[in-house]
Amino acid sequence: MIGRQFAAMFKARTMEFVRDRGTFLWNLFFPALLILGLAFAFSGKGDALFKIAVIGADDGSFSANSLEQAKLIPYARADAEVALEKLRRHQLDLVVDFGERSYSLNDQSKNGSLLRRLLVAEKSTFTEKAVSGAPIRYADWLVPGVIGMNMMFSSLFGVGIVIVRYRKNGVLKRFKATPVHALNFVTAQAASRLAIVVATSVFVYFGTNLFLRFRMEGSYALLLLVAVMSILCMISIALALSARLRSEELAAGLLNLVTLPMMAFSGVFFSLEGTPPILSRVARFLPLTRFTEATRAVMLEGAGFMAVLPDLAFLAVLTALFLGLAAALFKWE
Amino acid sequence: MADLVSVERLSKNYGPVKAVDDVSFGIQEGICFGLLGPNGAGKTTTIEMMEGIVTPDAGRVLFRGTPIGRDFKQKVGIQFQTTALPEFITVRETIELFSAFYPSPRKFDEVVALCSLEDILERDNRKLSGGQRQRMLLALAVLPRPEMVFLDEPTTGLDPQARRNFWDLIGRIKAERATILLTTHYMDEAQLLCDRVAIMDHGKILEIDSPQALLAKHFEGALIRLPYDGCCQDSLKDFKGMLIGDDFLELQTTGLDASLRDLIEAKIDLQGLSIHKPDLEDLFIKLTGSSLRT
Repeated sequence: MIGRQFAAMFKARTMEFVRDRGTFLWNLFFPALLILGLAFAFSGKGDALFKIAVIGADDGSFSANSLEQAKLIPYARADAEVALEKLRRHQLDLVVDFGERSYSLNDQSKNGSLLRRLLVAEKSTFTEKAVSGAPIRYADWLVPGVIGMNMMFSSLFGVGIVIVRYRKNGVLKRFKATPVHALNFVTAQAASRLAIVVATSVFVYFGTNLFLRFRMEGSYALLLLVAVMSILCMISIALALSARLRSEELAAGLLNLVTLPMMAFSGVFFSLEGTPPILSRVARFLPLTRFTEATRAVMLEGAGFMAVLPDLAFLAVLTALFLGLAAALFKWE
Repeated sequence: MADLVSVERLSKNYGPVKAVDDVSFGIQEGICFGLLGPNGAGKTTTIEMMEGIVTPDAGRVLFRGTPIGRDFKQKVGIQFQTTALPEFITVRETIELFSAFYPSPRKFDEVVALCSLEDILERDNRKLSGGQRQRMLLALAVLPRPEMVFLDEPTTGLDPQARRNFWDLIGRIKAERATILLTTHYMDEAQLLCDRVAIMDHGKILEIDSPQALLAKHFEGALIRLPYDGCCQDSLKDFKGMLIGDDFLELQTTGLDASLRDLIEAKIDLQGLSIHKPDLEDLFIKLTGSSLRT
C-alpha cells in the first residue's frame, strides 16, 4: 500500500516537472550554456601575475625581482604537498621553501620556464626542484562548480517552493484528507526531485563534455555517489525550511539566504585560494563546498573513495540532521 | 437507527471569535444531512472538525459510536470548499493518483461514469471550468467508496446550469445509500437534496429536523410579501402580524382571502405584492431575523 502510494506520488510530481516546459528546459540548458559560455570567455590566459607559494618565514634571502610581479600565497609546512600538487596543475607558478632554501617550478608551464630564466639570471642561492604535470583548464575546473550550483538551486527551490505553494493553495490539505502518511508524501517529493536533478546533471555533464572534453581522472561511480549525497543534503535542507511555511515569498527569501553564501564561498566560479583562511574554514560547512571540492578531487586528481570519505560523511550527517528537523516540524497545514 | 456520525458539545475558537459554540447533533446512516447557514456561520469549521482536519477546542466526534481513529480517512470522502489540484497533470492522472491512496477504490470507469467526467479526462487540471472542477473534486471524494461523504459548499460560485448538473450527481450518490453531509448557503439546494437539515448561525445550531417538519412547525398557510423601503407606509408596519425584513414586509396567513381584504381595507399600496409557499429561506429569515448574508 505504502509502496503504491509512493509510486503514484513520485510519478505525478515528476510529470508535473517534465511538463512544466519552461522550468524543465531552464534546468537543462541554463547550466550547459553557462559552462560553455564561461569556458569560452576564459579560454585565453588568465592574469599575468606569477602565483608563488611561500613556505616558511620570508627572510628576504630569496631573489627579490621575481617576487615583485607576483602574488604571494603563504602555505604552512604541513601543506607543502598541496602546494606542489597545485604547481603540477599549473595553478601555481613557483613554490619557495625558505626552510629548505629551495624552490620548485614546473617545466611544462610557460611561467615556470620564464621564472627559471629569471632565477638563473639572478644567480639565486636556492636549489631548484623541478616538477611536471599537464595544466588544468578553467573549463575542467568550472564544470563541477556549475553543475553543483544548478543542483543546489534545483534541489532547494524545486522542493522548498513547491511544498510551500502546495500548502498555501490547499493541495497538501487534500492529501491530508487521504490515508497518505506525511512521511510518505515528503519522501516521494524528495525522491522525484533526486531523480530529476541526477538526470539533469548527467545530461549537463555529458552534453558539455561533447564540446569541452574535460578532464576526468577518477571513477564515474564515485562521482555519482558524491552527487547523490550532495543532492540529498540540499533536498533535506529544503524540506526542513518548507516544513511549516505558508508564504512563497518568505520561503524564497530564506532559500536565497541559504544559496547566496554557497554561491559566494563554495568556489563555484573562482577558487578561494588566497582568501583569509577563516573564510575557507567556514566555507567547508557549506554542502556545496563539499560537493565542489570532492568532485574536483575525483575529476582532476583521480581521488578515490577514501579521499572523499570525509566529505561524504559530512554530507550524510548534515542530511540526517535536516531530515530529522523536517520530520519533527512538518505540518500539512 | 443509530447515528453513523455524531458530534458532542463541539467548540472551536479563532482568537476571540467563537466559530463553533457547543454544538451537538447526530447523522443517521444513509441520509443526506444539510448544514445550512450564511457565510461565517461556522459550517466549514464544524465539517472540518468532523473530517478530522481541524482539532476541536472542546467536545468530540464519534464515528459508529467511537472516537475517530486512524482508519477513519479510508472510510470517508471529502470535498473541501477550496482545493487546488496538482498542476500539469490531467483529470485521468489525478484520479489514478488518488486511487493509489486507498486499499480498495472504485474502478476507474465507475468513478468517471458516476461523476460524468468522460469529456474532460485528458484535460489538465489547470484548465477546468468551475463546474468541471467541482465534478473532479467530487470524484476524488467518492473514489474510495466511502461510508460517509463530506461536501463543503460544493455548488458555491457555480452558474445555475452547473449547479443543477451537480445536484444530479449528488442524487446518484444518494441513490447508493451513502451518508452525506452537505453544507450550503443555498436553501433551495438543501430543500431539494437533504433529508434532514440543521440551521446554523453565529456558531450555534438554531433548529434541526427534516425540511418539511421545520416548515410545518414554523409556518402555517402562505406568506404575503410586500416591498418596503424603510421610511414610509407606517400603516404597513402597524398591521397585525406583520414581520419586518431588511427591504420587505411579510405577513403569514392561513386565510389568504381575508388577509388580502384586510390589506385593501387598510388602503395599503399593493404594488409589488407576492404570495408564496414558505420555504427554508423564509424559515431562515424567521429564525435569524435577517435575510441571508451571502
